[in-house]
Amino acid sequence: MNNYTGELVVSHSPHIITPNSIQRTMLYVIIALIPSLAAATIFFGIRALLLAFVCCFACAGFEFLWNICLKKKNTVSDLSAIVTGLILSLNLPVTLPFYMAVIASLFAIIIVKQFFGGLGHNFMNPALAARAFLLASWAGAMTTFVSPDKAINIFGNADVITSATPLGILKEGGSRFPSYWELFIGDIGGSMGETSTLAILIGGAFLVWKKVITLHTPISYILTVFILGYIGGDSGLFHILTGGIMFGAFFMATDYTTTPTTKTGQIVFGIGCGLITFVIRKWGGYPEGVTYAILLMNVVTPLIDKYIMPKTFGYVKEAKANE
Amino acid sequence: MNNKKILFNGLFHENPTFVLLLGMCPTLAVTTGVIDALGMGLSTAFVLICSNIFISLLRKFIPDMVRIAAYVVIIASFVTIVKMLLEAYLPALSESLGMYIPLIVVNCIILGRAEAFASKNNVLSSVFDALGMGLGFTGALAIIATFREIIGVGTFCGIPLFGENFQGASIMIMAPGAFFTLGIILAVINIISVKKKGGDKDVC
Repeated sequence: MNNYTGELVVSHSPHIITPNSIQRTMLYVIIALIPSLAAATIFFGIRALLLAFVCCFACAGFEFLWNICLKKKNTVSDLSAIVTGLILSLNLPVTLPFYMAVIASLFAIIIVKQFFGGLGHNFMNPALAARAFLLASWAGAMTTFVSPDKAINIFGNADVITSATPLGILKEGGSRFPSYWELFIGDIGGSMGETSTLAILIGGAFLVWKKVITLHTPISYILTVFILGYIGGDSGLFHILTGGIMFGAFFMATDYTTTPTTKTGQIVFGIGCGLITFVIRKWGGYPEGVTYAILLMNVVTPLIDKYIMPKTFGYVKEAKANE
Repeated sequence: MNNKKILFNGLFHENPTFVLLLGMCPTLAVTTGVIDALGMGLSTAFVLICSNIFISLLRKFIPDMVRIAAYVVIIASFVTIVKMLLEAYLPALSESLGMYIPLIVVNCIILGRAEAFASKNNVLSSVFDALGMGLGFTGALAIIATFREIIGVGTFCGIPLFGENFQGASIMIMAPGAFFTLGIILAVINIISVKKKGGDKDVC
């Protein structure tokens, strides 16, 4: 190993040093998000890339400013702010004005993340909380979705043709449903990152391969919605291919800080997300419920962790009686 | 304690909203606009001054066993007066404050000052205490409302500030906005007061 320096190091376990660090993990997440960003750029035009850049730059900038103002060690280089910015931008419709994206970045980094103690202490996913903030503030701008293949002006959105998302069609009725193939490739209206299931699966597979995430949450989440879709009388396949479920399951329901630590807990988390998502889609006022599902389960996470305790290594039940 | 000190005590050191955290219900509910906040604050201040005067005058006669009930009767009388006056002369304000004017009866600042101050001190001191607390409350509400109104609607006292195309962040005039604003202001005030005391840095 490279870390061997020739000295005798006396320390307690663990003795195995891995090259894993926050920075490396975050870098893997960024790499995994690149297919989604590429798909967004292909389908929605160059403005998608620009919006992603604005969000990343704003998030990193606010983190930098916060650390400067509070005279803290600068944490921009751990890349977590960039990941937040990238995930946030992929959660936005491509036509969103840039200043709203900057305000959302401010909310995500300063109020949700740094006010609660920075990386590892936030109780909610910053990007999702910022999305909910935008949805409550500028509902009009947040639900103006354009159909792909229409040239989107970088600076304005005057000549944009709006189109309903598939879930919007399901809720309000309207034109034809897209085919499963269009849903899978991402040739539909929606937020930037959530439309292309193919790109998300490529990124998710990369994260699983690099052992950044496990499949417990994504599979339990997606499976729950799939089964509930059939029980509810709609097509389960349609439910999991539309909206933010794939993106949420792979990139936001697997955030280390705001989800349970145990595998059983993660499965419970996924099932809870699936239930809430489906209930909102079926009976709620909004066409899509992934944002609120994951945020609500984020809040429940401490409770899940409290009741699903991992067994202490070497613990046997009888030992309790001898205590 | 001299009267000036009592006055400033309510305005700053023991500001009912930012330091004692009393009367949170109107603080969070009616601070969507500066006018509403001022109306609420001044109504409360008026009730507080009157009730402090009467409770201070009657402090030797009110039996200890039934004092809370007696205070509530005195406070409720003045709240009724304020409510009727507002309905008669400022119907628009009365309309927008709605339920929160009758709710001044159970505002913990007023009951708290009656119990903690007016029942133990002479009339003049009680008036100064009520003035300090009432204006401190009004000022605090106005500060919160200023932030919420400017960010949420883009107006100040109903006057547009940013032109017609400005779209406010409407979350700021909803309940979450009240919590955000109050939380941030409290944090800033705590940082300042810790720094002033030169206390340990671990607090913030």
